[in-house]
Amino acid sequence: MDISKLTIKNIAGGLRKKEFSVTELVSSYRDAIVKGDPAIHAYLEVFDDALHEAGERDKMLQSSSGLPPLFGIPMAIKDNIMIEGRRATAGSCILENYTATYDATVITKLKNQGVIFLGKTNLDEFAMGSSTENSAFGPTKNPHDADRVPGGSSGGSAAAVAANFAAAALGSDTGGSIRQPAALCGVVGLKPTYGAVSRHGLIAMASSLDQIGPFAKTVEDAETVFRAISGPDAFDATAAKDYSFREIGGDLKGITVGIPKEYFAEGLDQEVKALIQTALKKMENAGAHLHEISLPHTAFALPAYYIVVPSEVSANLARFDGIRYGLRRDKEKLFDTYAHTRAAGFGAEVKRRIMLGTYALSAGYYDAYYVKAQKIRTLIRQDFEKAFLTVDVIAGPTTPTPAFRFNEKTDDPLAMYLNDIYTVAVNLAGIPAISMPAGFVEKDGSKLPAGLQLVGSRFGESKLFGIAKEVEKIIPTR
Amino acid sequence: MSISKKDVEHIAKLARIEIGEKEKERFAVELSSILGFVEKLNEADTADIKPAAGGTLLENEMRPDEAVDAALDGKQVEILAAVPERKDSWVKVRSVFE
Repeated sequence: MDISKLTIKNIAGGLRKKEFSVTELVSSYRDAIVKGDPAIHAYLEVFDDALHEAGERDKMLQSSSGLPPLFGIPMAIKDNIMIEGRRATAGSCILENYTATYDATVITKLKNQGVIFLGKTNLDEFAMGSSTENSAFGPTKNPHDADRVPGGSSGGSAAAVAANFAAAALGSDTGGSIRQPAALCGVVGLKPTYGAVSRHGLIAMASSLDQIGPFAKTVEDAETVFRAISGPDAFDATAAKDYSFREIGGDLKGITVGIPKEYFAEGLDQEVKALIQTALKKMENAGAHLHEISLPHTAFALPAYYIVVPSEVSANLARFDGIRYGLRRDKEKLFDTYAHTRAAGFGAEVKRRIMLGTYALSAGYYDAYYVKAQKIRTLIRQDFEKAFLTVDVIAGPTTPTPAFRFNEKTDDPLAMYLNDIYTVAVNLAGIPAISMPAGFVEKDGSKLPAGLQLVGSRFGESKLFGIAKEVEKIIPTR
Repeated sequence: MSISKKDVEHIAKLARIEIGEKEKERFAVELSSILGFVEKLNEADTADIKPAAGGTLLENEMRPDEAVDAALDGKQVEILAAVPERKDSWVKVRSVFE
């Protein structure tokens, strides 16, 4: 079975027409993983009972009609999303042997549709990073070039879909952690509106920014997964109470596309720029009106992000103290138990961000840093709100460069942070954005994917997907 | 804003993370560099701007003050299984008071 051509859509068709069984499907993906994942390391754990699950689905296939859209679909799940009874490491030594005691709401929703979980994927530790090099369990390689990173923090999920080790995957995005690896691996990735998808069961990094979202081969597939995982949840007070997503058709004729001039300034790789401009031209040829806009506070997004996120991280990771779960380094005194457990359990980037956040929130600095950053956040939100008064969608490159080499940016934290320059403002504003493949650039003999980012207004996923599906038809992706 | 080794020691104490001598020097350099970068925020005029209150626009999301046990029913065994050191259903810790 040629799984490289499979999408959720054609799998669903194939299963219902009895062209293949769920067991054959899952077998094929598992064979691909056994053969190819040792070189890629997309997965931290592959579930051995997936074939048994597949068998159960096949029994149901005999008797039922009207199966849910994701029935029998093999998916990979980022290892910061909890599945009851399975290990959840968050890519960290401090949770190396931790077993989740409940299902994340998104997992419950996917289980209700009959999804098959193939395993848990690799990530930067506690979702902190843009390359998956910060995983405590080794990096993931970009399927397009083994010397290069897949992006991060959801590098494992992006690579799994790109390498055909899953039909779709879930990741999480706090500053670009779905969109950036999607762009670097040549797949589709969506960060939903903050509050569109429940965070219950997502190991928290920055609670005011985190969102779970899908990776898929096509925009339509991503939409199908989004529809399954979105919606209200009593366990997440920040999940919108009345949001329900409806697919709508799109047409590029007559829509206005905002092109932020700040996203095409210095730092953007010339070849990536050319690919994006080609994509925009095609949109224009299809009837869209391109309109240069300004997001004047763009330059403040990254600095604001690197105050807000570490601050929230310092609070969210205080629970990892060796007492109730996870690694414990026992010492004579309680304080030392905390201090040595955390020193042994956390990697460098995690420690860096906890320290930064502790400092920013400490007495005397809270107003100067955290409050100031939250004010900038209001200004950034207003930039987008103003823009969406005149445009239907905002478009630009997802990342400033294609995939970089391992260790290229690990010496300087700031160099690594700059990978998220076009993605972080979207999280700060809480609005949805999708990255879709826009073609390939060539670097040192390697063909590397680049991503086009489309940004929508708050809870505007219907319109965003409608437009993205039309764009997908006209830009070459392979 | 420059972070000294002494600052790093103070922050590490607040953050409850044991840091070695070499690490302290490295963190001082890295944190200073990042804080230098975020100084950029001071260039923004935020005079009459209200700080954002988190990521949601929802306010005062309440529910009735009733126990909702269903989700945790029967989970005690699993939850206790994760405890590094325990006696029955008690979590063992070092003395809280010195």
